[in-house]
Amino acid sequence: MASDRRTPLRERETDHGPDVFERRRQDDRPGLPARREDLRDFLPGLEPERQVSDWGRSERVEGALDRTLVEFLYRYWFRVTVEGIENVPADGGALLVSNHSGALPPDAAMIAKSIKEEHPRERPLHLTVEHFFKGYPGFSMLVQKIGGVAAHPANVHRLLYDERQLVLVFPEGRKGTEKLYKDRYRLRRFGRGGFVEAAMRAHAPIVPIAVVGAEEAQPAFAQLSLLQRLSGLLYVPLTPTFPHLGLLGMVGYLPAKFTVRFLEPVRTDGMGDEPWQDKGLVQNVAQDVRAVIQENLHEMVAKRRSVWMG
Amino acid sequence: MDSRRILLTGLSSYWGGRLAQVLERHPGVETIIGVDTREPTLELERTEFVQVSTQHALLRRIVDAAEIDTVIDTRLVVDSGTTSPRLAHENNVIGTMNILAGCSGPETPVRKLVFKSSGHFYGCEQDDPSFFTEKMGRPHPARTPIEKDIVEAEKAVRDFAERNNDVSVTVLRFANGIGADLETSHLRYFRLPVVPTILGFDPRYQFIHDEDMVGALEHVVSHDVPGVYNVAADGVLALTEVLDLLDKRWLPLLAPWGTGVSALGMRALGVRVPPEMLRQLRFGRGLDNRRLKATGYAYRYTTREAIERYREAQRVRRLGQNEGTPYRYEREVEEFLRRSPSVRIEGQRSSGSGWQPSARQLADLQRVLATLEAAPEDAAATPEGRKPDGNGGGPLAAFEELRADEVIAILPSLEPGDLRELRRHEAEHSARTTVLGAIDRALERRPS
Repeated sequence: MASDRRTPLRERETDHGPDVFERRRQDDRPGLPARREDLRDFLPGLEPERQVSDWGRSERVEGALDRTLVEFLYRYWFRVTVEGIENVPADGGALLVSNHSGALPPDAAMIAKSIKEEHPRERPLHLTVEHFFKGYPGFSMLVQKIGGVAAHPANVHRLLYDERQLVLVFPEGRKGTEKLYKDRYRLRRFGRGGFVEAAMRAHAPIVPIAVVGAEEAQPAFAQLSLLQRLSGLLYVPLTPTFPHLGLLGMVGYLPAKFTVRFLEPVRTDGMGDEPWQDKGLVQNVAQDVRAVIQENLHEMVAKRRSVWMG
Repeated sequence: MDSRRILLTGLSSYWGGRLAQVLERHPGVETIIGVDTREPTLELERTEFVQVSTQHALLRRIVDAAEIDTVIDTRLVVDSGTTSPRLAHENNVIGTMNILAGCSGPETPVRKLVFKSSGHFYGCEQDDPSFFTEKMGRPHPARTPIEKDIVEAEKAVRDFAERNNDVSVTVLRFANGIGADLETSHLRYFRLPVVPTILGFDPRYQFIHDEDMVGALEHVVSHDVPGVYNVAADGVLALTEVLDLLDKRWLPLLAPWGTGVSALGMRALGVRVPPEMLRQLRFGRGLDNRRLKATGYAYRYTTREAIERYREAQRVRRLGQNEGTPYRYEREVEEFLRRSPSVRIEGQRSSGSGWQPSARQLADLQRVLATLEAAPEDAAATPEGRKPDGNGGGPLAAFEELRADEVIAILPSLEPGDLRELRRHEAEHSARTTVLGAIDRALERRPS
């Protein structure tokens, strides 16, 4: 009797799934493809006539920005030093996990640029961004065109597993970019371990990244909650240049020296069948990744003689 | 194909009519009955048309009487710019309910249901995934009336599938259609001299060419593929990319905040942007089309190609605007053309290459030919001779009873001499061009 009563509950869970039509048991979470359903062969081909990818990434916009602003910041402003680039796999999907800071964070662009510059295979990097950006005018256009993808589990899965791409996530999310200067290089909570689950489902390795310099490039001294409410933005920080220098102050970075260190990949295959079902294991892996990034951050900051000269 | 006796709703929509035309060419299909509230807009050869009310009540009588085994429901209204919300609701929710009621019941002959739905099922939200797969539900409850209707209609189909285990149910969720002969809010919007966009947004769009709409429907009718499938062409384009391909100028005339109000302003200028389209213009939508591809369907056009074809068709259309008169359905003519009733419980199949002459018919035909050979002048001179007069005119009457396609099916089994004889007879009497042409072709193929 008890099992009889449970049945409708389970069916409601997958209310819109097609399982009823096929009378096949659905053992996976809705929103993610069933484990054995491999549709990778049916991915749409690339059309050489197009300059925009199916994700909305525009070669033209990205290229223009890359040749000008990003190039300048990478070479002359932040003078980025890259360590351990060999830890980024040359093929297959991989989930890059980094610490995150700065009100309009420069770290994502610098990580993408360092892979482009240093890696033998110039792999494109897809950054996951908050859903917020899709709904905010201006950001909605720009973020998508320069390679931003909404941080939806299905998006991450498609990129990692189906398209075998590099995906960059910041598990700290806005907790990382919101934090004030006094909390610099102290990692926030790593979400609920969703990124580990995503990597496990896609059998993709996790590459932890430690970035030093971004905290000083755009220090936030306070959060202006009134302005935040008025503008509808995620947060409005008080930085050395923002908001008193206007919108341009948002990209007013100080010339801190950047170091991007790619760490030893953490493999997620060989952890058994469906390891993502084991929430304890997921949490452990997330904790390990967080610990190794924190450790490296401490070490890098300790070795650094000057914030500006490295 | 298992489907032999098909009921098609939404016959008078463009793709409904096109689908009927395509199915007419399938030899295995015995009967196609199309229902709609309006009269058909495309010329149909053997599809029977029945006019019904918006609610599609009483459909069950047609289903039972014609022993329908496959119901294809293409009637769902997915564009609130084309009809009033009340009519759309009537059609989408009440209509779906009645059609499903028409297909259920313990004695029902229906074995298969194909339901045309829309990508609007997923809606357009800020926190959408970039590609919807069929397994995903909506992240939020439906917002616009048309989305509510679609979700409710799909729910009814789902319940139907749950209750009727032996009926194979296929749901197709289509992306926005594009094609020279389609008329949708989006295509109207693309034809504006300057296309208004929402300031600060460049949504992702995916389309499906009308040929692929028909192709996908035909694919799921002729194969057994139960389940839900997205139907959208390969390639998701940014709106600006679409407008570039269409050689259009655009202006961000719609405000990012209070977009509804600026849309009202546009309406005063005569441009109607329905609410579900407004959401699409803001957030866009991508569909994962791989599941249908995995069942063996190959799309003919990518989104980019579909848009380019549409653009080409638009250019041509501008040249010859008064060329040709559109087809008009005339009931009496159509009734006349289809004298043989499709609604029957038993009897021979109506047509196609699947028809084989029975032994009796072959024997009759031989006798016809013998009669013709014996007294050809006679038969021609006295038309009474071929009238069925009790028992004497049996063979000739039998020949006259055969329809054109049935005669054509017998031809390969005849000798060249008989063929020539038959041709002469046909030319003198009924002179059906199809039959004469077929005999000529059959004669050409034989060494005489």
